[in-house]
Amino acid sequence: MQTFDLEAQGLRALNQALHNLKGQTNETSWEVVNPKGSHAIAVGVDAPIDITVRGSTGYYCAGMNKQATIRVKGSAGPGVAENMMSGTVIIDGDASQYAGATGRGGLLVIKGNASSRCGISMKGIDIVVHGNIGHMSCFMAQSGNILVLGDAGDALGDSLYEAHLFVRGSVKSLGTDCIEKEMRPEHLAIIADLLKRGEADHLAKPSDFKRYGSARKLYTFNIDNASSY
Amino acid sequence: MSDFPHTPPKQSWTYSNDVNAEIRRAAATGIYDIRGGGSKRKLPHFDDLLFLGASISRYPLEGYREKCATDVWLGTRYAKKPIHLDIPVTIAGMSFGALSGPAKEALGRGASAAGTSTTTGDGGMTEEERGHSNTLVYQYLPSRYGMNPDDLRRADAIEVVVGQGAKPGGGGMLLGQKISDRVAKMRNLPKGIDQRSACRHPDWTGPDDLEIKIMEIREITDWEKPIYVKIGGARPYYDTALAVKAGADVVVLDGMQGGTAATQDVFIENVGMPILACIPLAVKALQDLGMHRKVQLIVSGGIRTGADVAKAMALGADAVAIGTAALIALGDNDPKWESEYNKLGTTAGAYDDWHEGKDPAGITTQDPELFNRFDPILGGRRLKNYLKVMTLEAQTIARACGKNHLHNLEPEDLCALTIEGAAMAGVPLAGTSWIPGKNGF
Repeated sequence: MQTFDLEAQGLRALNQALHNLKGQTNETSWEVVNPKGSHAIAVGVDAPIDITVRGSTGYYCAGMNKQATIRVKGSAGPGVAENMMSGTVIIDGDASQYAGATGRGGLLVIKGNASSRCGISMKGIDIVVHGNIGHMSCFMAQSGNILVLGDAGDALGDSLYEAHLFVRGSVKSLGTDCIEKEMRPEHLAIIADLLKRGEADHLAKPSDFKRYGSARKLYTFNIDNASSY
Repeated sequence: MSDFPHTPPKQSWTYSNDVNAEIRRAAATGIYDIRGGGSKRKLPHFDDLLFLGASISRYPLEGYREKCATDVWLGTRYAKKPIHLDIPVTIAGMSFGALSGPAKEALGRGASAAGTSTTTGDGGMTEEERGHSNTLVYQYLPSRYGMNPDDLRRADAIEVVVGQGAKPGGGGMLLGQKISDRVAKMRNLPKGIDQRSACRHPDWTGPDDLEIKIMEIREITDWEKPIYVKIGGARPYYDTALAVKAGADVVVLDGMQGGTAATQDVFIENVGMPILACIPLAVKALQDLGMHRKVQLIVSGGIRTGADVAKAMALGADAVAIGTAALIALGDNDPKWESEYNKLGTTAGAYDDWHEGKDPAGITTQDPELFNRFDPILGGRRLKNYLKVMTLEAQTIARACGKNHLHNLEPEDLCALTIEGAAMAGVPLAGTSWIPGKNGF
């Protein structure tokens, strides 16, 4: 295992070392100690490696991740795993706002709660939140899946496109053009897969969830929907 | 009755024929007018300024013998690999989606041949433009359509778009007619729907967050790429200062004449400031921070000629960007398509329904039948010619002012024809020493 003391060695050195892992490498296991809320930890990684961050992180941890499995043994600041392309990011604690924003692939697991705008503008990422998510989550979410074992705040899925939203608990309110939809067998299969990959299959079962999606009424402009814009 | 004197019919200035026509159109359709391009108002502009030229107290440079350099460095503040362009006229961000693939290719061909850069737009990076642009600026927009770390790393610079001159505070819009299979795939959207881009970024708000966001992008790209911050002409003094504070290498400032692919006409014509009013404020912010020329300033919005380039640079810009003018150079609004413009209910020079995807010139469309009319090699050559002419024109003026580099032009070389121009540009009204607003007057 490669152990990197972020406080002593600095952020630039960490990210450069991770970016240098091009192609095949035997340095497949990394540990980052003393993160102390630093921003941009392990951003832009493009290698099939495991990274464990021992402590809480600031903004944009694991941003634009490709291939790597990044586990934060603490909580994550705003924009964790933003624009992730592939790989897995697991937060043992809570996540601040914009978790998984614009993510295009991979899996983000938040074992605690996620704050507002979780999954905003998501484009293919899968997100599993063991706790609750805050207001305006999945705003303009385009594709991908989010599974919430707890509750959702106000305006869930506002201006939604084609992302699938699954919530087990209550939804304080649905955003514009977001509606509850029929749960079909293929959706239950998606949930079962997310529960398993999200380390949550011992916490809930697929039938516990409700599905939310786009009513598709805002897809083309209509003056009679003006109050919704 | 016929002998009785009466007042002849008089049109209202307030309720003009144009205004009334728009009221009738709104009443009939129930939708605001959406169009492309920038403000069509008669605004205070570079036409309100003149160069003084050389005299007994200033001597000129020989037009064909003495050097007048035109190159520009961009991104020298932090980037390991700053950009060096041969000419200070760059191509502004225009998306694939708004423009056809061949049009993007032509922009790359023309800009590369002239020694300058092109810029992506709200639709991701295409192979056409990366392959044909020697220097490509990759826009980082609120929508993040197509955003990925590989394209960040193969860009030559990154432009974080906060605002746009045509619509400061507004998001993007691409109507369903232009969401073809390819555009839909690049944007992760269903085909044929109206695409709405958010007006602010999904994962940061305010200058403190922007500083962290820029730092993240620098980390992802190993601090190699210059990072631009693009702002609309809203509050240029404060926005420029905050962009510098947030760590920008380059500030791109777009006035309200700057074009858009599609936005509400009411937005285009009523929000933002003309570029003439914006430049001095941005330059002052840079000077107050001791960063003028260290953080470079690119200005855009209504740049048409080498004279406009020279005037913008005399006011303190390091470079300019062109969008609408580049499209016209490619062939947009060319009178040779007049009969087809007439069929669309418009005329060459006035065509601005770029969002409908029916562009007879094949530039602002995703319809293969139309974009196959457009020859990207010829288009690229036309753009190169135009860029070269602009550069020659700017050099001609600079030499006449005794300057051996375009960057040596200065406000002292200028006077204004109008009080508005003098006040906005901060240069004296022609024939006087009066700068409105200065020295208490």
